[in-house]
Amino acid sequence: MLIVLALSYLAASICFIVGIKWMNHPATARTGNRLSALGMTLAVVITMLNLAVAQQDLVKDASVLWSPQTRWALVLGGLVLGTVIGGVMAKTVKMTDMPQAVAIFNGLGGGAAAAVSVAGKVAPTPGAHGEEMLWSIVLGTIIGSITFAGSLIAFGKLQGLISGKPVTFPGMRLFNNLLILVTLGLGVWVMVLGHDPIGDKVFILTLVLANLFGIMLVLPIGGADMPVVISLLNSFTGTAAAITGFVLQNNVLIIAGALVGASGFILTMLMCKAMNRNLWNVMFVDFGGGGGSAGTIEGSQQETSAEDVAVMLAYASRVIIVPGYGLAVAQAQHAVQEMAVLLEKRGVSVKYAIHPVAGRMPGHMNVLLAEANVPYSLLYDMEDINSEFEQADVALVIGANDVTNPAARTDTSSPIYGMPILDVDKAKNIVVVKRGKGTGYAGIENLLYYNPKCKMLFADAKAAVSSLIAEVQHV
Amino acid sequence: MAVMINLVTVFVLAVFVGFELISKVPPTLHTPLMSGTNAIHGIVLVGAILIAGLAHDNTSAIIGFIAMVFAAVNVVGGYIVTDRMLEMFKKKPEGN
Repeated sequence: MLIVLALSYLAASICFIVGIKWMNHPATARTGNRLSALGMTLAVVITMLNLAVAQQDLVKDASVLWSPQTRWALVLGGLVLGTVIGGVMAKTVKMTDMPQAVAIFNGLGGGAAAAVSVAGKVAPTPGAHGEEMLWSIVLGTIIGSITFAGSLIAFGKLQGLISGKPVTFPGMRLFNNLLILVTLGLGVWVMVLGHDPIGDKVFILTLVLANLFGIMLVLPIGGADMPVVISLLNSFTGTAAAITGFVLQNNVLIIAGALVGASGFILTMLMCKAMNRNLWNVMFVDFGGGGGSAGTIEGSQQETSAEDVAVMLAYASRVIIVPGYGLAVAQAQHAVQEMAVLLEKRGVSVKYAIHPVAGRMPGHMNVLLAEANVPYSLLYDMEDINSEFEQADVALVIGANDVTNPAARTDTSSPIYGMPILDVDKAKNIVVVKRGKGTGYAGIENLLYYNPKCKMLFADAKAAVSSLIAEVQHV
Repeated sequence: MAVMINLVTVFVLAVFVGFELISKVPPTLHTPLMSGTNAIHGIVLVGAILIAGLAHDNTSAIIGFIAMVFAAVNVVGGYIVTDRMLEMFKKKPEGN
C-alpha cells in the first residue's frame, strides 16, 4: 500500500507540474487545469484508500474514542459539504465577481492549512509528528492564519462589505512591523517551550496575533492593488500548505504547496511588472491612495448627451473603446459589442484597448469580453494600442477610470504615479461614460475629465450604450 | 533527521520547479493562472482528511472536519471557477 500511495502522490505531483506549464499558453490552458484537477482527484482518492488501511490499525488501539463508522461519516460528510458549497459558489458566481471568488477560496485554503497545523499541536495524531515538527506546526499556523484573515479582508473589500479605500491610522506601519515581530517571537517561544501548558497558551496567542496581522496587512491597501495582494496571499497559502506537508511528513503536500508558493510568487512579480508597481511598496510603503492632489485640478468637466456622442461616433473613422470595471458591473458587454458591430457596418474601425489590469484583475476584462462574444482580434493590449490613440477620432471610455488618469504620468504625489496607463488623452475626442462624479477605485480624481477634449456622459454604462445604439441607428 | 532532510530536499527542489514553471505568460492568462494555482494549494485537503480520519480526540476531529470543509471548497470551487474562465477563451473568433 505504501508503494502505491507514494507512486500515486508522484503521479499527482506530475499532473500539477505539467498542468501549470500548460496553463501558460491560451491553447492548452483548459486542458492543463483539468489535468491538475485529475491529479488532485487521484491524491484525494488514494488518501481515502490509505485511510481505510490505517484505520484497521487504529481499531486495535483502545485509547481511541471514535468508531470507524463515525470517522468515515466525519470524513465523507466534510468532503461532501465542502464540495457542494464550493461547487455551488463556483457555478453561480458572476464573471464580474471572479476576483472575490478567488480571494475567498484562497482564504479557506489558508484557513485549512492553519487548522491542520493547529490539529498537529492540539493532539498529535498518528500521522503528525509532534516535537520534532513543532517548528512546522508554528510556521504553518502563522502563515495559514495570515492568508486566511488577509484573504477575507480582501474579499470584503472587493465585495464592497468593507471600504475599498485604504484604511489606515497614524503609526500603522510601525504597529504592523511590531505585530509581525511579536507574532514570530511568540512562535519561537512556543518552539522553545515545546508541548507544555504554557506553550499551549502562547500558541493560542500566536494564532490570534497572526490572524490580526493578516487583517492589518490588507486593510491599508487600496483597491487598485488588490489583485497583487490576492496573488501574493495565494503564494503564501501554497507555502502554508507545503509546511503542513512537514507536519504530516507527506510529500504530495510539500510538492504541490511549494509549486504554488514559488509559481505564485513569480506570477505576483509579473503582475507588479504589468502595473509598474513594486511589490515591497504595495505591501509596506505606499499604503494605498491618499487624498490625491485635489488642489491642482483646473477647469471643469463638460457634460454631453447621447445624441451628440452618437453623431461623433457615426462619422468617425477610427474609434477605440476603453472598457473598465463599470462596464462589467452594468453587464454592458453585449450592448457594447452590438454598438461596435453597428459602427463597423458604417465603415468605422472599432478596436478595444485593454489595460493589463482592466476590471479587477489582470486579464479579467478579456474574460468578460470573450463572454460577450467580442472577437479576440479586436482586443488590443496596452503596448499595442497606445501608439494608435493619436490617430483615433474618438476614444470611448466606458466605466474605466484610474487606468486612463494622466496623473499617473505627471503627478509624482499621486498614489497611482508610475502606473502605465492608456494614452486616452492623446485621442482627438474623448468621451467618458460614467455613472456619476465619484472617484475610481484608487479613490482619486481623474485629470482626464478636466481635459478640454473630454466630454462626460453621466449614465449607467448599459443604459448609455443602449441609447447610443438607438441614436446611431437614427444618424 | 534523515526523514527531515528528505522532506527539505523535496521542498527545495519543488520550489525551483515552481519558479521555472511560470515563463512569459500573456496578461490574459494571469487571472486564470492565479485561480488555477489557487485550486492546487487545496491539496491541504489530503492533510485534513488524515487529521479528521485518524483523530484520537474530539478537538482534533472537529478541527480536522473544519479543515476538510474549507479545503474541499478551495479545491472544488477553485477548479470549477478556473474552468469557467478558460471556457471563455475556447470560442474561436469567426473568420480567423
